[in-house]
Amino acid sequence: MSQGTAPPSEQTKANWAEEAVAEHAGAVQLTREEQVLERIDRARRRKARIKEPRITMSHGAGGKASRTLTEAIFLDALSNTVLEELEDAASLTVGTAKLAFTTDSFVVSPLFFPGGNIGDLAVNGTVNDLAMSGARPLYLSAGFILEEGFPVDDLRTIVASMAAAAERAGVTVVTGDTKVVQRGKGDGCYINTAGVGVLERAVPLRAASAKPGDAVLVSGPIGEHGVTIMLCRGELDIEADLESDTAPLHEIAAALLDAVPGVRMMRDATRGGVATILNEVAVASQVSVVIDEAAIPVNPMVNGACELLGIDPLYVACEGRLVTVVDGDQAEAALAALAGHPLGAGAAIIGRVKDDPPGLVLLKTSFGGTRIVDLLVGDPLPRIC
Amino acid sequence: MCLGIPGEIIEILTDRPDLAKVDVCGVKRAINIGLLEDEELNAGDWVLIHVGFAMSKIDEREAKAALEFLEGIGQAYAEELAALSESNIT
Amino acid sequence: MRFVDEFRDAEKAIALSAQITALCEPGRHYKFMEVCGGHTHTIYKHGLEDYLPDTVQLVHGPGCPVCVIPMGRVDDAIAIAEEPGVIMTSFGDMMRVPGGRGSFFDSNAAGADIRMVYSPLDALKVAQANPSKLVVFMAIGFETTAPSTAMTMLRAEALGLTNFSIFCNHVTIIPAIKAILDSPDLRLDGFIGPGHVSTVIGCRPYEFIAREHNKPLVCAGFEPLDILQSVYMLMLQLKEGRSEVENQYSRVVPWDGNLKALKVINQTMTLRPYFEWRGLGFISHSALAVNDRYAAFDAERIFNVPGVRVADPKACQCGEVLKGVLKPWECKVFGTACTPETPIGTCMVSSEGACAAYYNFGRFTRERVKEATRTVDIELTAARP
Repeated sequence: MSQGTAPPSEQTKANWAEEAVAEHAGAVQLTREEQVLERIDRARRRKARIKEPRITMSHGAGGKASRTLTEAIFLDALSNTVLEELEDAASLTVGTAKLAFTTDSFVVSPLFFPGGNIGDLAVNGTVNDLAMSGARPLYLSAGFILEEGFPVDDLRTIVASMAAAAERAGVTVVTGDTKVVQRGKGDGCYINTAGVGVLERAVPLRAASAKPGDAVLVSGPIGEHGVTIMLCRGELDIEADLESDTAPLHEIAAALLDAVPGVRMMRDATRGGVATILNEVAVASQVSVVIDEAAIPVNPMVNGACELLGIDPLYVACEGRLVTVVDGDQAEAALAALAGHPLGAGAAIIGRVKDDPPGLVLLKTSFGGTRIVDLLVGDPLPRIC
Repeated sequence: MCLGIPGEIIEILTDRPDLAKVDVCGVKRAINIGLLEDEELNAGDWVLIHVGFAMSKIDEREAKAALEFLEGIGQAYAEELAALSESNIT
Repeated sequence: MRFVDEFRDAEKAIALSAQITALCEPGRHYKFMEVCGGHTHTIYKHGLEDYLPDTVQLVHGPGCPVCVIPMGRVDDAIAIAEEPGVIMTSFGDMMRVPGGRGSFFDSNAAGADIRMVYSPLDALKVAQANPSKLVVFMAIGFETTAPSTAMTMLRAEALGLTNFSIFCNHVTIIPAIKAILDSPDLRLDGFIGPGHVSTVIGCRPYEFIAREHNKPLVCAGFEPLDILQSVYMLMLQLKEGRSEVENQYSRVVPWDGNLKALKVINQTMTLRPYFEWRGLGFISHSALAVNDRYAAFDAERIFNVPGVRVADPKACQCGEVLKGVLKPWECKVFGTACTPETPIGTCMVSSEGACAAYYNFGRFTRERVKEATRTVDIELTAARP
């Protein structure tokens, strides 16, 4: 019964839309454009609520929906001051020792890809979360959820990779667990890790520490992991000579912290990409992060693939790149420290922190115009890491 | 959605003459060239790609003309600026 | 990237901008509408409006094929997807568009199988790989994309596939432009004409706009310099008292269009007597359906499609934004009830919609941001070796 000879008269309303309008019933027409930032900010600062009855892929993308889920469900029930920091690793004091503690899960599909496999991601990803909080990574746990029918040889390869990655990163896997689920109930192999490191440095690294005048740096070309995964899923008929950038960042992070006392924060750019980290800094520190498109390092093939697929490299996951905000006066020293490490080839200063407009990430386009880089909505690249 | 990207044809597939391999910045993809069957397409030609299909052959002469126009405007502007900085009406 | 980078050159933009300013008559305000959603996206992505004088304003038209799909049609697609044994395939930008009850993402969460594809040919591959399933492709887009859908049906026929069909939501551009021209509160000086649609239909169909409505139209490419040059060409026409159709995108757009593309559309599809456009109401002869000869590939004949209309909330002011009467931030529900995650109306639905583009990329006062980005430029130049 498609559109026939006369418009059908039956009409219903979209309840969710009517409810949204009712929720903001007091809204009036704005008279000045300046007011729009305030209005959006106020709307966003309302208590996070999950409106959907079920989890969707958006909740796993690392963008807005993920954030809402964390706040509305997890923070709401489990609230405590450490968790609320929402940093990559939790900073804990146990007796006289200061420790960093983190957890991560790996659901990448496919399990094997150019540049590595889920095992590499698992070790490097966890090491990186610890390194980004300024800790020296020490011990990892590894829990496996295996699907009935998964080839043992594949498991052997994955674990061998983990052993090699652990050795490279100077960590030991000290405890683990294995569960098996029936065929069809798990996609081959999922890995969950936890990591512990020791915090030996005095200055805490936090997304809320950025100040106007600070410089923003990235340790190398962005988007390589995400695009590699997309292409090797084989659905797209696209070939490119690309590899995942998965790597342990503990050494390059230490080199940066040794050379530069004024590091405010570091994050490794995983799901949601560089854009997500910059938004977190802008909001947590209530500053404006202004980046220069021409300064952002991107491999031309990553650019080409992103143009073909209609996605923005700023939102594409990396697995071996860090984003850091440092005291503006020490920008050159920071760049030198990053570039001096093999994993920092292609490091660049990509922008500055300003005071206004707060909470926003601005991009100066290579064309010379300006735009905002907002939080990711939706999920352009599912099951990336 | 209007997403169209220029790519260079590197190979017309012999077993499937309605397909060609294109290169976009080092990324290679097979696309359908059926909509351009009235054109003569060879390796080295550039086409506009949209959702897996070549929509149009890029006319290099027109592209050159467009760029020359832009250069011209740029030139005129630069000359004007130079003239402005040299002139002195005081 | 060839044929891309040259058309993103900032220096040429400065020169063009000066020429445009020089053509402005004192005291006169200019309003040009870009019809294509792709143009809206480019304008915001590159911050093109920074290069236009305050007296030249761009109004964002209804040429976003995702945005104009009524919520009821999304519900229809979901109804098809929920039939047993169906795999629905769709372009990525449709995945999070909410219908009356939820989006494709939400539907997947509830157990449907709706997959993202980048080309209708990918949907064909899914059909070949799953012979026991019924694979449906959600076909959206203007005349740019209709030929691709048509070619895919022809290929399905050649392959003898019996499990593949199209849910056809292709719309045509001229009726939409006519609807804009016929509206009484219109104040436009000219049009930035569609780029890629014109590769199919050519430039002749726009001649009535110049002849009968006395408004110049320039078919524009999608790089920022293309659009800027098109504005220059429009200003020149106005200055010289001309009203013509011109082709700025001549490197891609043939004046007579693509005959083969038009042929395959005619071979497989037919014009619907009328179709509902979200934000614009019912427009006659404005959309395509699969014709009788290819009925075997018509999802509307194979499945039972509910066809219920879902009304936008009364608070929705998209109609006025689409015609340039209201700016996005002037809409009462902009940024509060209506956000990219909860789009109340068409203009917010995809990143090419006027409100979404403004929200995602441009929601700030130019002066504030120009100040922030100007000084970044100077500092970065110093930082780079």
